[in-house]
Amino acid sequence: MSTPAIDVGWGAVVQRVTPRLNGLWVLLGLIAVMALLPCIASPYALMLMLPFIGYGITLLGFNLLFGTTGLLSFGHALFLGVGAYTAAALTSKFGILSFELLLITAALASGLISLVIGALCVRYTRIFFGMLTLAFGMLFHSFLFKFYSVTGGDQGMRVLRPLLLGMEWRGGKTAFLTGPFYYYTLLLFALLGLAMWRITQSPFGLHLRAIRENANKAAYVGVQIFRMRLAAFVISAIYGGIGGTILAVTTGLADPELAYWTHSGNLVFMAVLGGSGTFAGPAIGALVFVLLQDFVMSVTQYWRFVMGAVLVLLVVFMPQGLSGTIEALVRRNGGR
Amino acid sequence: MTELIDVFLGGTFHAAVLFLVAAGLQLVFGVQKIVNLACGSFYALGAYFGITAVGLAIKFGMPPVLFFPVLIVAGLAIGLVGLPIERVLRTIYRRDESYQLLITFGFLLMFQDVFRFLWGATPRTMDDVYLAYGTANVLGVRVPTYNLLVIAASLGIAVGLGFFLERTRIGRIVRATAENRDMAEGLGVNASKIFALVFTVGCMLGTVGGALVVPSGAASLDMAVELVVESFAVVVIGGLGSMRGALVGALVVGLMRAAAISLVPELEMLSVYLVVVIVLIVRPAGLFGKATA
Repeated sequence: MSTPAIDVGWGAVVQRVTPRLNGLWVLLGLIAVMALLPCIASPYALMLMLPFIGYGITLLGFNLLFGTTGLLSFGHALFLGVGAYTAAALTSKFGILSFELLLITAALASGLISLVIGALCVRYTRIFFGMLTLAFGMLFHSFLFKFYSVTGGDQGMRVLRPLLLGMEWRGGKTAFLTGPFYYYTLLLFALLGLAMWRITQSPFGLHLRAIRENANKAAYVGVQIFRMRLAAFVISAIYGGIGGTILAVTTGLADPELAYWTHSGNLVFMAVLGGSGTFAGPAIGALVFVLLQDFVMSVTQYWRFVMGAVLVLLVVFMPQGLSGTIEALVRRNGGR
Repeated sequence: MTELIDVFLGGTFHAAVLFLVAAGLQLVFGVQKIVNLACGSFYALGAYFGITAVGLAIKFGMPPVLFFPVLIVAGLAIGLVGLPIERVLRTIYRRDESYQLLITFGFLLMFQDVFRFLWGATPRTMDDVYLAYGTANVLGVRVPTYNLLVIAASLGIAVGLGFFLERTRIGRIVRATAENRDMAEGLGVNASKIFALVFTVGCMLGTVGGALVVPSGAASLDMAVELVVESFAVVVIGGLGSMRGALVGALVVGLMRAAAISLVPELEMLSVYLVVVIVLIVRPAGLFGKATA
């Protein structure tokens, strides 16, 4: 395993001593810029930022599993699906419109499902973990796809406009999404980012890094590998569920493609694009991915080719991702 | 009874094609330790190219009954795209496996648009040569003779591959390289050449599989991503890196799907994933796999 190790073990202490740009500030800085965005950006650009917020939250969780614990899931889109379908079922079938309730239910649902799946998956590592999570993701996808009466099949399910803080918001769809919903989810992003930072800096986060570096050694010094991995899996799933809810409210639709394995592949793409070795990297990867995809799609209908080529080049020439490469450049120019 | 035979024949036909793709996946994983997500693209590539090749052959006055050998040759020829792809993969052999998985995912994305560009977004079918060989009667069930030919061809390839790996000199070198690359190089094996050979053969298995399946159905953009999951299921059930595993896994998946389609259509793919999950829980290394996890 040669995941770029940035702060292993006592690195956390070193970080406190040397004032260097840490991941939390990068993320919060990004969010602060986004908070000012509505003053200058067009509604179109703001509508692009919403999927970014959804993916950004998902990627924060995903990277706890991938970057911190060293487990590569190729079925993480399952939890986006769980979040999206929770929102769809609650709003259009049960008439529950409170966004807070949607989030809580989505978090609970993906937490519970991930507890079961995780208990089966985290015994395995490396490629087996990836394949098993992929199988579970596709299991869920074919359930969504085939059980038409429950899930609407390939048509998906509609997600109605939720109430924020129990209040109904008037105005058009775009006005709602780029106005109150934008700020609401952005705040959520910041809070969840803060929470994830606390998690990665806690003893629990250290345990996870120890497991990534050498599971046997970690077990030897008393780290409970199974429980720690399972906890990381559940936390990352909860972030995924919340991200999925945001994505579904943004598009107004929950469809089975959300849980398809190529969507999981896109999540891994984002993580590596931003750099899974850093805290804010994957979220930045999500931003660049969303912007790049939008740009390439507007230029050519063969956007998959371009994205695929970007991915291949990225893996060959910049395996540390954007943040890793920038960090390396800064360090070199810093003359240290 | 006839229904049972029907399911059996349908399942075996599907398994024959699945085996080819899965064998390619196994070969590449066994030697290069790369799980090739682009195997589905090779399969789709073979299918599209097979249609074009047979169309051209008929246009140049070839009798339609010769389309079967044309398909095999077309599959083998287009399989050569494996060579340039291996050149790119070569740069990351020593890298973490998540990157290797991801780079093949990149190739899969690229191929999707190559197909769209060359053959369009609507599914393509082959002009009616499927029934050129007529139908055969197997225990009271009528099946297209072509299906039986494909099953036979796949078995033939399986035997040939087994012979190549177990009995020939190059096969032994391939196995030695798979076991320990550095050691094999120490003994004078040109591992780069072996890797290029193995990847190209793996690629050809996929393209031939795609070329053989296309007369019975259509070539579509979805077939690549869908087949990846199925051949994943095959190798997980059979065990990563094992050829015998690929054969058994393909039969399990093929028959399971055929049975589910005729009994409970909703469970078509669900049943396959369930088997995968059960196998991974009970025997994580697969039925024939070595415990590597």
